[in-house]
Amino acid sequence: MAVVRFDHVDVVFGGQTAAALALVDQGLTREEILDQTGAVLGVHDATIAIEEGEICVLMGLSGSGKSSLLRCANGLNQVARGRVLVRHRDREIDIAAADEATLRDLRMNRVSMVFQQFALMPWRTIRENVGLGLELRGLAKGDRDRMVDEKLALVRLDQWADKHPHELSGGMQQRVGLARALATDADILLMDEPFSALDPLIREHLQDELLELQRNLKKTIIFVSHDLDEALKIGTHIAIMEGGRISQYGTPEEIVTQPANDYVRAFVANVNPLNVLKAAALMKPLNGDGGGIATTNTVTPETSMRAVIDAYRDTGGPLAVVDSTGIPVGLIGEQEIIAALARRGD
Amino acid sequence: MDPISGFIENNKLTFGRYVKQFTEWLTDNFHREFRAFSDGLAWIIEGVIDLLTAVPPILLIALVAGFAYWLHRSAKLAAGVVIGLLLILNLGYWEPTIQTIALVLFSTFMCILIGVPIGIYAAHNPWFQSLIRPILDLMQTIPTFVYLIPTLMLFGLGVVPGLISTIIFALPAPVRLTTLGVQSVPKQLLEAGTAFGATRRQLLFKVELPHAMPTIMAGVTQCIMLSLSMVVIAALVGADGLGKPVVRALNTVNIAQGFEAGLAIVIVAILMDRVMKQTDRDGRAKSGDS
Repeated sequence: MAVVRFDHVDVVFGGQTAAALALVDQGLTREEILDQTGAVLGVHDATIAIEEGEICVLMGLSGSGKSSLLRCANGLNQVARGRVLVRHRDREIDIAAADEATLRDLRMNRVSMVFQQFALMPWRTIRENVGLGLELRGLAKGDRDRMVDEKLALVRLDQWADKHPHELSGGMQQRVGLARALATDADILLMDEPFSALDPLIREHLQDELLELQRNLKKTIIFVSHDLDEALKIGTHIAIMEGGRISQYGTPEEIVTQPANDYVRAFVANVNPLNVLKAAALMKPLNGDGGGIATTNTVTPETSMRAVIDAYRDTGGPLAVVDSTGIPVGLIGEQEIIAALARRGD
Repeated sequence: MDPISGFIENNKLTFGRYVKQFTEWLTDNFHREFRAFSDGLAWIIEGVIDLLTAVPPILLIALVAGFAYWLHRSAKLAAGVVIGLLLILNLGYWEPTIQTIALVLFSTFMCILIGVPIGIYAAHNPWFQSLIRPILDLMQTIPTFVYLIPTLMLFGLGVVPGLISTIIFALPAPVRLTTLGVQSVPKQLLEAGTAFGATRRQLLFKVELPHAMPTIMAGVTQCIMLSLSMVVIAALVGADGLGKPVVRALNTVNIAQGFEAGLAIVIVAILMDRVMKQTDRDGRAKSGDS
């Protein structure tokens, strides 16, 4: 059962919403709709379901509607049409139709958020910043500080609790932002380009840290990014967005190996396959004809391409891909590895 | 004269008469209410003045210097306070100085009480902001003497008409700066508050006002200075304070007295500005709004 479901979501900014929706149904482009109604079409007909524990990356260039869609999940953006369903206390709540009290309950207990520019309050100490959500909930200072210090330790900033944001580097500030989002123990985390404002090196560090934390925390994360490498690295699922629409939704491997259209194909053309592909995508399928395999060197379909190449180098011969029941399903030789490396948006 | 100009000159619009009639109507019908209000205010201010003048000057100077040091951690400022106030004591203007400071602080207090809520409301409601903007402009540009006359009629001679005029003159500063401060809160901080479940009220008290506080405080400092600039005019309608010797010196062409009283006003102005000027504690000026 999905934790967050976007169900045919449209987002419209300004202007005449109803008129804009009518025009988009007639198949008009964003520019035409803007000219005729003064409304900007943020998102059109977005439908995805995010399961518990997944990291779903909404990926696209600026203006593709990825942030607009994300912000529907906690009601920061108004949904013009469609439903945004969030599972909470064994019910599915439609954010688009929720009243203030429900929305507030959801924001305080179920969905929290990390912002691109950190959005820390400069007059508050780090501890006070992290405790914001708990303070809004009305928790006493003693309990609050105990929970906050726990989360600060998690992001290794416990020494900095009494400093102010301007005394910290960008990377540290965003770890504060992350701790603030974790502090309320909300199970759903919205991350709006959280690492985009950081240096590449720090960004890599924080990506690794997030994955490390996720291994234990098992949150459901919706992550917005414009960086394909980042999306492929941290996403369990990726939605590629263009012009307010979802072009393709799938696992990183599906996106890279089976691009749905030219836009996605162009996007993934320059991806380093070593980081993404797994043995199942590399192999020459045996189609049930696995009886005559001579090699004893085996890998599983889930083995990464990097590991496959290592295994190939070690053994010097072809590798059999064996599924969980022990039956060979495919074969990987020199040909397959070279074909995968040479793959270029074809 | 040509007939059109003649027609315009001969058929006068009688704005002045309307204002006069309105003032007279107020005095005729609400005389008792206005005087009661006036007496109440005068009683409060005079009470504060009596309290402060009862303290030995040396002790009060030490207290003020201590307060300035506590606020700014600056020995230089504390020394400045001591020297400035001792000089005033030496000039013989101790009591008028206390009266002036009490008047200025009271009018500033009233301006904050009235102005900050109006400023917040204007920041959230653009229609209200465009409604009050011309009124605020009017309050700041219309010559003080013009509204001194009706306030004098309504409240009688003494400290209160001076106080009311001072408030009218100084009120626009905190209103404008509160609006500016609240409107300049970055959108992402409001979004962060909202995303963690803040109500409208919590957004105001936990995000908007703390962020706007330096700007609001700048408005308060301005308000103090504007109030101080009114002391001489307030003295014209009978308010006690440093304005009185200035007015007396003007009437008697007494250069020495005029200079000394003026010097005392300047000292009070500088001290109040330095002491009330807020320090930047969270480093926003250094790091920019993040």
